[in-house]
Formats: sequence, C-alpha cells, structure tokens
Amino acid sequence: MIAVSAQPRRSLGRTALNASVCLVFLFLYLPLAVIVLYSFSAEKVNVWPIGSYTTHWYHVMWHDPEVRKGIMLSVRIGLSAAGLAILLGTLTALAIDRYAFRGKALLRFCAVLPITLPGIVTGVAMLSFFSVTGFELSNRTIIIGHTTFCITLVLNSVVARLAQIPRNLGEAAADLGASPLRAFWTVTFPLTLPAIIAGGLLAFTLSFDEIVVTLFLKGRDATLPLVIWARLRRGFSPDINAAACMIVGVSFIAVMIATVITRSSRSAQ
Amino acid sequence: MSTARVALRSNRRPLLLLLILPVAWMTVFYLIPIGVLLTHALFSVKYPKIDHHLTLVNFQTFVDTELYIRVLVRTVVMAVGVTLCDLLLAFPVAFWLARRVRRNREIALFLVIFPLWSSYLIRIFAWKTLLGTSGILNSFLQWAHVTNAPISFLLYSKWSILIALTHIWLPFMILPLYTVLDRIPESLLEAANDLGAGSVAAFRTVVLPLAKPGIVAGGLTTFSLTMGDYIAPTLLGGPGDQMIGKLIADQFGVANNWPLGAMLIIPVLLIISTILLLANRAGAMERTAG
Amino acid sequence: MTAPISVGAAIELADVRKQFGAVVAVNGIDLNIRPGEFLTLLGPSGCGKTTTLRMIGGFEWPSSGSIRIAGADVSQLPPHKRPVNTVFQQYALFPHMSVAKNVGYGLRMARLPGREINERVAEALEMVRLPNVADRNPGELSGGQQQRVALARALINRPSVLLLDEPLGALDLKLRKAMQLELKQLNREVGATFVYVTHDQEEALTMSDRIAVMSRGAIWQIGSPAEIYERPASRFVADFIGQSNLLEGVVEQVVEASALIRLAGGAIVGAAISDGIGAHEDVLVSVRPENVFVSEQPSEGGIKGRVADVVYLGAYLRLLLDVGQARLLAANVPAGSSFVSGAEVVVTFPASKAVAFRDQEAVDTM
Repeated sequence: MIAVSAQPRRSLGRTALNASVCLVFLFLYLPLAVIVLYSFSAEKVNVWPIGSYTTHWYHVMWHDPEVRKGIMLSVRIGLSAAGLAILLGTLTALAIDRYAFRGKALLRFCAVLPITLPGIVTGVAMLSFFSVTGFELSNRTIIIGHTTFCITLVLNSVVARLAQIPRNLGEAAADLGASPLRAFWTVTFPLTLPAIIAGGLLAFTLSFDEIVVTLFLKGRDATLPLVIWARLRRGFSPDINAAACMIVGVSFIAVMIATVITRSSRSAQ
Repeated sequence: MSTARVALRSNRRPLLLLLILPVAWMTVFYLIPIGVLLTHALFSVKYPKIDHHLTLVNFQTFVDTELYIRVLVRTVVMAVGVTLCDLLLAFPVAFWLARRVRRNREIALFLVIFPLWSSYLIRIFAWKTLLGTSGILNSFLQWAHVTNAPISFLLYSKWSILIALTHIWLPFMILPLYTVLDRIPESLLEAANDLGAGSVAAFRTVVLPLAKPGIVAGGLTTFSLTMGDYIAPTLLGGPGDQMIGKLIADQFGVANNWPLGAMLIIPVLLIISTILLLANRAGAMERTAG
Repeated sequence: MTAPISVGAAIELADVRKQFGAVVAVNGIDLNIRPGEFLTLLGPSGCGKTTTLRMIGGFEWPSSGSIRIAGADVSQLPPHKRPVNTVFQQYALFPHMSVAKNVGYGLRMARLPGREINERVAEALEMVRLPNVADRNPGELSGGQQQRVALARALINRPSVLLLDEPLGALDLKLRKAMQLELKQLNREVGATFVYVTHDQEEALTMSDRIAVMSRGAIWQIGSPAEIYERPASRFVADFIGQSNLLEGVVEQVVEASALIRLAGGAIVGAAISDGIGAHEDVLVSVRPENVFVSEQPSEGGIKGRVADVVYLGAYLRLLLDVGQARLLAANVPAGSSFVSGAEVVVTFPASKAVAFRDQEAVDTM
C-alpha cells in the first residue's frame, strides 16, 4: 500500500509544515515582540544588545500631557464610534436576519466597503464631503469616520449570532403576548448581547488604533495614534515604544474579552 | 430569529424603521462622499480656492505627467508582490489551522487575529526599528558576527515596504484561506490518496482548486489595501519609492490640489473594482471572511 | 380541577389559501372547528398541516381567505393579539430564563401582578406534574420535562385555543403514549379548543375528537376516528390510515347508501357508497384485512383466490391472496389456521365493513 512507503515522506512533510508555521508566526509576532522588549530598554536608541532594562519610559509616557490627552481622546472617540456602530450595526443585522428584501446583498456590500477599500479612500471622500458641506473638521468628524467603517464589524458579529438563535423563540414570545418590541427586549436582546458586546469591542479596538482616516478628518485635537505619528515624523523618542505597548495592551485585552464572550455564548446554546 | 418572516400584508413598516437610520448614515456619510470625491476630479484649482467648473484638466495632467504613471505602476507591482508573499506565507498557517489543529482552535485563531488589532502604525514603525542601519536586525547580525557592516539596503527601500506590508496584511490572507480549507472534508483527500494521488498531487488537484475562493478573497483584500497605503512608504520608503497613496495624500495635504488628488484616486478605484469583478466571477463572493 | 378553566373557541377557516412563491402549500381549505374539541390535522410531511396551524396562530398570513376565532376575524391580528397559544415542535423554551420565568412569561406580558404570577406558575407546573423544577434552566431538563414546561407555559394563559405542532415527536415511544392520554385528558379538563398536528395516524386515532386528513394542501376527509377508519372516502385516506385493501371494480347497482360492485376478477361484492356515484362508474372498494374472511370451503358469492404467501405475525397470520386484481389481497386470520401457499380459497367480507369510492388524484374543493 502506498501508505507504508509514504511514511517517512509524510513525517517529513509534517515537519516542514510545522517548521514553516513556526517561522510565519515568528514573522507575525516579531515586530510586536520588539516593541514590547524595547519599551523596557534603557538605551536611547533601539540597538542590540540591550544594555539595561527599565520601566522609565512608561513613566515618561504616562506623565506626558500630550500622550495623556491623546489617550483620553482615543478612548472617548472609540467609545462613541463603537456605540454608534453598535446602534447602526444591530439595526441592520435585525433587518437582515428577519426580513427577505431585495438589496440585501447590496446593503452588506456597502457596509463592508469602508473596510475593504483602503483607508485613504474613506478619508479623502469624507474630507471632500465635509468641506463641500461646510462641516468643520473636529473630533466629531473623526467619530463619524470611525463609525462608518466599524458598522460592518458589529453587523457581522450580530448577524452570525442571530442566525444561531432558533426562529421559534421569537414566535413563542409573540405567541405568549409579547409585542415585537417587547419580544426583542425580553428574548432577542439578552441572547444577542454577547455578540453586540464582542462587535463593539472590536469596533473600539479598531478605532483606538486608527490612523489613516483620522489624519484626514482631524480637528485640533490629537488621538494617541496621531500623537505617535507626529512624534515619529519628528524623529525617534524612546517613550514611543511605551505608548505603542499601551495600545497593544489595550487591544489585547479587548480582543481577548471579545473572543471569550463569543466562545462562551456559542457553547451555552 | 423572526416573528413572521413574510411581508405583513404589505406592512413593511418594521423593516423600514429598522433600516432607515443605517441606510441614511451610509448614504450620507459614505456613498455621497464618494460621489463628491469623484466629482472633484472634474474640478480644478484656482489657488487657493477650488473652481467648480467642470473640466478635464486633471485627467490631462495625470496622463501627461510621467511621474504619476510611473508611481501608479510601481504601486500595482508592489500590491502584486505583497499579495504573492502573503499567499506564500499564509498558506501553511491556514492549512495547519484547518487540518492539523483539533483542540483549542480558538486560541490559535486568536493568535492569528490579534496582530491585526494591535496597531497598524506601531507595527510599521517596528519594522523601521528592526531594519535600520543601527536597528535591531543589524545590531543583532553584527553582534552575532554574521556581518561586519550594517546592511543598509533593507530600510528606506522598496524591500522594507514589501516586508512591512506583507506582515501587516498577513492575517487578512490567513483567515479566508483558513475558512475555505476548513470546509474541505477529510474524506476528499482520503479519496484522492486512495485513487493514487500522493500528497503533492492531492494538494494540487484537490486542495488548491477548492481553496480558490479563499485565495481570491484574501488576495483582493491584500491587493486593495496595499494599493491605497501610504503610511508604509512614508515611514519606510526612500525618495524613489513613493506609492500612489502618498501622492494622493499630498494633494489633499500640502499641495492643496484636491481635484488632482481625486483624479489620482480614480485609477486606484478602477483597478480595485476590476479585480473585484474578476474575483466575483471566480466565485470568491461566497462568504469566506469568517 | 372539575370545571374547565377556559372557554374553548370555535375556529372557522374559509377558503384559506397559502402560497410561498410558486409553491401552493394550502389550497383553499374550509374548516370549522367546534369549541372545545380536540381536532387533529393529520397528513404526510408537506401536506400543509403545519402551515394551516401556523396561520391560525398568526405566524403565517393567508394569501387569501379568512380565519375567524370565536366569530371574530383574526386575519389582520399579529400573534401576540390572538387568544391562541402554541406548543412548538422543539418547545422553544427561552434558554436564558428559568422554568418559572418561562412559564410566567405570558402573564408578565399581560402585566399581571407578581404575586398572582407566582401563584399561577406554581399551579401550572402542578397541572403538568412538574412541581419541583421552577428554578432550573430548560437546558437541564429531559425532553419529556421540557415538553411539559412548554405545555404549562401555553396553558397558564387560559387560551381559548391551544395549537400543538407535533409536540411529541422527540419523545420515546412509551413517554409519547403516556403524553397522548394526558393531552386528551387536559383537553377535557381545560376546556380549550385543541388543534393538533401530526403525521402519526395512530396518535391521531388515539387522541382526537375529529381528524382532518390532509394531503397536498387540501383536506381529503374530516370525521371522528371511527368514521375515518371505518369509512375512508378516498384511496389516499384508506391507504394513509391503517392498512387497507383496494379492489378495482365497476358499480352494478346502487341502493340508497349501498352498492353492488363487480370486481375485476368477476366476483360481485357489496359495499357502502357515498352520494353521487352511480352505476357503471369505476370505483375502488376498500376493506381492511381484519374484516376479510377466508375459507377453503367453496361457496356461492365470495371472491375466488389463491394463497400467494403466509406471513406469521405472532397474534395472527396475514394471508396474501391473489384474487385476480393488480394487488394482492391481505387478510388477517387466527394464528392457529392452517392455510398453505397455493391453496384455493374463497374470500368474503361484510358489506357494512367495506367502502367504495372513486379513485381520485385530487380532492374537489369543498
């Protein structure tokens, strides 16, 4: 049989696969590891080997007023964008799940467009729109921009979850006297909440980190990525590593929570 | 879940109520802006204002300026390059995830997804740190006595852009590939083996064709995002490595020639749309994004 | 509980039709369900019984026709406004609520005070004999227990109409049989009109006051279990309920409600016949195996035949007889009988146990 003579070849193939996977993961995480590592480096430049380690840069970053303001603004914008995305995404998800209508595919396509097309397209399109309509650029325009490409994140998450909920639960609620609004609130919403939260967390993370669209739509204030970007253009300063790590840390926690929520809600069904 | 998944005797009111806000938002804040942007290509600049008379002068400028064409071509080549590299790197991981990981798949998926969410700007900046002449890679290589002098061609060249963008978009390629590969039942490969195909032939004749929608979906994303990127060339590229994204950004920034910028976007959109249509034909519009 | 707790409502469906795109699921049916009765919609899958039930409940809207409950037209009413409650096929218990919260849901929607809700929930759980599960989650219960919770959740609202969509399908046989009797008893106790959907004809015969046999979107016959069983009016019903022999023949003579029919093999038999069928018409004569007598004694009258096969079925023997028809005639004979393959026999059956009808492919609209 072929199987026997293929044994050594198969294990060779397997080793090759595992090795390449390891290399790719290395490639994937190397930059992140580097940033984290050097945020603790006492050197003023990023050289190898690292002379001594310190948490000094975290202090510097934390007490830097520009960075602090940036963090505050990023959080505010992230929460606003995520909130709006949750509202719009959930409404769309409910429509898609419950009703058959023409243009459904078009709707989903439009929702995903802001994320599929390069950020520069979204950025300059909105910029020209705001300028033509006389809308002043400010934090509000940033929020509008972020919300627009965050909608699809919530949409996909909620639609997937709604598809898992048995259709007859809504019918049972109606059968027992619940108006559509009350049925949503007492049955659909509690069961969909994990997906809404997960989608919202992903939206927040994306917004927190966003740079391209933000650059075009910003007013006077700077988000954290904008602060980092400005500093990068000026030249390198070591506390940037620490600021970068902060972003990575926030993302890690948010995505972790989103994953856990999705996983547990899926197994609870 | 639904209460009544049918038109309620032409009472579509609930549906309208649900959709009115999102559709209004997308129309006002995305579709109309795209329209506004595209019409800007037909205006011109009478410094410092925009002259709203329709004109084709930007098209003329675009066609006449050799630089723009060159940069556009360079961008397309880079996009293709990044896509191919990503394909090469993504395939083993997607394959491993789909067919070798049994338990704790969510953890493995998380490990793939997480870099995606952890700051695009930072990761590009990290490559700067890694690849510079006094950067980490060089320091490490000299410290390990592999080289004597710093390798300078890596940073501020098209190589650093290629490496960085390949790295950034990699999860976007892994995920759709994983999704399609996951769907291939093991029994198909067993049947191929049974009929005499070795691993390589089975891969070529069974796995690859079935993975096509995933390849196309991932490739589309990677290609599209690279076409428009300008952060990477700005931070990591040399003066001769400009990509069209940077040119467009400049027109909306310092050069203050929005109509020209809008004109430059059009070929980008056209190229991306063409690929999208071809991809649609190739059936990639099945749901491959997880 | 001696007095019924709710007043059953009459349900009238008038020329109700439901179309999904190009598919006609329900093809203009008329149905009058009496107050308090236990009516079963019986038929194979795809016959339209579930769609009909859902239209009564308000989960589907008729493409045309009207539905009245207790005299009032409910065609425009959404489910939450109808005096109807449903026991769903997979129970549809809310996974994020305890049993008590599930059962009390309808009362909460009616905004009853909390204390009354708690009392009635306890009562309802007693009624379905599940007094101790109030605080458990539906996922922790067995299939049979979930089924009863679904029942309690529906009945607690004292509906005039209870709809049951194949609720016993997921239960094992013994439990199913026990629940069938319980449901029948509940119908008496509670007083509500029960409309039950099933494809299991034994279940229908056990539980129902009347059965409406459906196929391909139409009601083929409606009547008491005895009527349906003993007097099927069409090939479909005769075949679907129990087992039946169908003999081809031509009507010789009609006398009031009976007729003499000449069978394809030449013999003449008597059978009951419905109005409208006259002499010289082609008919099918339906008679059940247990009503067929087989004898080796030659006799005048009776159908001549030959034993083709003898099947041992424990409590009785089934003889398969060649009587010159397209199909073999099945006859049940006592276990000790000594028939052998190839034996020449004479087959008779009482005319009161036979029914003749036209061989129809589709039911006339009623």
